[in-house]
Amino acid sequence: MSNKQKQLLELKNLCKHYPIRKGLLSRIAGYVYAVDGVSFSIYEGETLGLVGESGCGKSTVGRTILRLIDPTAGEILWRGERIDELSRTEMRPFRKEIQAVFQDPYSSLNPRMRAADIVSEPLRNFEQLSQAEGRERVSELFALVGLRPDQMLRYPHEFSGGQRQRLGIARALSVKPKLIMCDEPVSALDVSVQAQVINLLGDLQQEFGVSYLFIAHDLAVVKHISHRIAVMYLGRVVELATTNELFEQPSHPYTEALLSAVPIPDPTRQRKQIVLGGDVPSPINRPSGCHFHTRCIYAQARCKVEEPKLEEISPGHFVACHFKLNT
Amino acid sequence: MSQATGKSILEVKDLRTYFYTRDGVVRSVDGVSFSISEGETLAIVGESGCGKSVTSLSLLRLIPSPPGKIVSGSVLYHGKDLLKLSEDEMRDIRGDKISMIFQEPMTSLNPVLTVGRQISEVLELHRHCTKEQAHERILELLKLVNISEPERRINEYPHQLSGGMRQRIMIAMALACDPEILIADEPTTALDVTIQAQILNLIRELRDRTRAAIILITHDLGVVAEMAQRVVVMYAGRKVEEASVFDLFAKPMHPYTLGLLNSMPRLDDSSSKRLVEIPGMVPSMRTEIVGCAFAPRCSKASERCLIESPVLQDFGNGHTVACWNPVAVLRDKA
Repeated sequence: MSNKQKQLLELKNLCKHYPIRKGLLSRIAGYVYAVDGVSFSIYEGETLGLVGESGCGKSTVGRTILRLIDPTAGEILWRGERIDELSRTEMRPFRKEIQAVFQDPYSSLNPRMRAADIVSEPLRNFEQLSQAEGRERVSELFALVGLRPDQMLRYPHEFSGGQRQRLGIARALSVKPKLIMCDEPVSALDVSVQAQVINLLGDLQQEFGVSYLFIAHDLAVVKHISHRIAVMYLGRVVELATTNELFEQPSHPYTEALLSAVPIPDPTRQRKQIVLGGDVPSPINRPSGCHFHTRCIYAQARCKVEEPKLEEISPGHFVACHFKLNT
Repeated sequence: MSQATGKSILEVKDLRTYFYTRDGVVRSVDGVSFSISEGETLAIVGESGCGKSVTSLSLLRLIPSPPGKIVSGSVLYHGKDLLKLSEDEMRDIRGDKISMIFQEPMTSLNPVLTVGRQISEVLELHRHCTKEQAHERILELLKLVNISEPERRINEYPHQLSGGMRQRIMIAMALACDPEILIADEPTTALDVTIQAQILNLIRELRDRTRAAIILITHDLGVVAEMAQRVVVMYAGRKVEEASVFDLFAKPMHPYTLGLLNSMPRLDDSSSKRLVEIPGMVPSMRTEIVGCAFAPRCSKASERCLIESPVLQDFGNGHTVACWNPVAVLRDKA
């Protein structure tokens, strides 16, 4: 993205290490390195996709930005201002700016609240509105996400998965946030409904200029919706580039393998597939040097010892690898 | 890709599986027919609740009863109707001639038995192996599914294994008796993409080696394109289209199939045009569906679709469609 766009959020070397306590005295026996030195920025009106396999730390990054989890180290800046050390009350004004949509539309809505109350809860929290004004806003929001006003008094269980996700989106939008953290927002939905929700997110961005941090494991979905994409592996960003560049010239071997592993819905297509051996190593005992070297087909002696730094190989394209591809 | 020999080994005819619940009858599978030949891979695709899993469970008579019941139809395995066998006869076939891989390898493996013990059970039951003979065979199977250090893994419990490894164990267990038919119900849905690629590769390799016929249940059209030779598309408990994998992707004829293909974001498409939505949602299976189940969501629906249930018509080359107004467009390839 060009520099003229305004930076909303910046992460600097963000870390989240969970201590593992063992024994009678609960001594710290080790750490789970969930997030280990993640840096990136999100600009106004853009969608940054965050991809990686389960356990790579992508959801932890999202939760840390919302301060649902406190980072172990590093900085979170909102429009240049540090928000990672703010107290709960100091954080409050920022909560209005950063909202979230979660994966499971079943557990992220309170089953005992009516749809209208769910959607208006952030409004009641942050804005002093009269009842009539509140009701007006809720019906606007319902229309915006494609729900009918007569559904306002229903309970979550009366909605389908796709509709619940629309409720979640309406709730996030209610306070006109600048950034919405979407954690796997469509992965629980069927393809035909998934398309509806993806299109809705796209429309809302066009209309309100809201930014998304779009966390997902489905590369096709992320490709469709994102302007830029960051690929994570074992708590670190290994590659970050614009969507087109990432897909056309993946430079990290992990990105390359990840892209080639996705089944393409075209039976006539013959392609060379890179099948990675083994499983993702544990974030407790991570491999030395480059964490990916145990599964990398290009790995050499240096990769076991020396940890690669994230380097900018062309404007806006960052890679952490000693032997970058396509360069 | 291995070639099917054309000799059908399993024929499903007009299968109907209903669930009798307090809120009414759920017609999960409502008149589904298909067949599978030796060495062939048939994919059954559809969205959640379309009846694809219930179909696969019905073949092995694993439907919990009550509330479920196979109301009518036949499942002919080498001409013998599995639905008419006694429970004992059925048990001889299950896990031996026809075996199954389930979606969630954590819940389908017994957490208190070692991996070796669980595979051994199959062999003892069907092959009447002694423990020692079984041990040899298990090591062989673990090697077959590319498990490293099989001597160690054989004594481990499921929780000590990763998701991908658990799925390999499931596959080893399913292959223990060299089945003729392998039913794989969403075998890679719970796995990460790189692990999914490993497991799909493994299934392909084993298919070519054992010549087993595979019924692959999935919702992922990408997996279908990579694995299957023939595809059955299901919607609301019925088969709406069946075709060879090439025909299905090149010229889908049912508006639902076309909708599914168009609503998927694709990696091999760089344009960021709007996805084509299928409006509305899957109908409730609690009420009897009059006419075409897809009609309320279909842009091509005519009056006839709302009244009369479409019958399957053959358009040649084994391409059958249940639609009064089939589409036949050549999808533009980017």
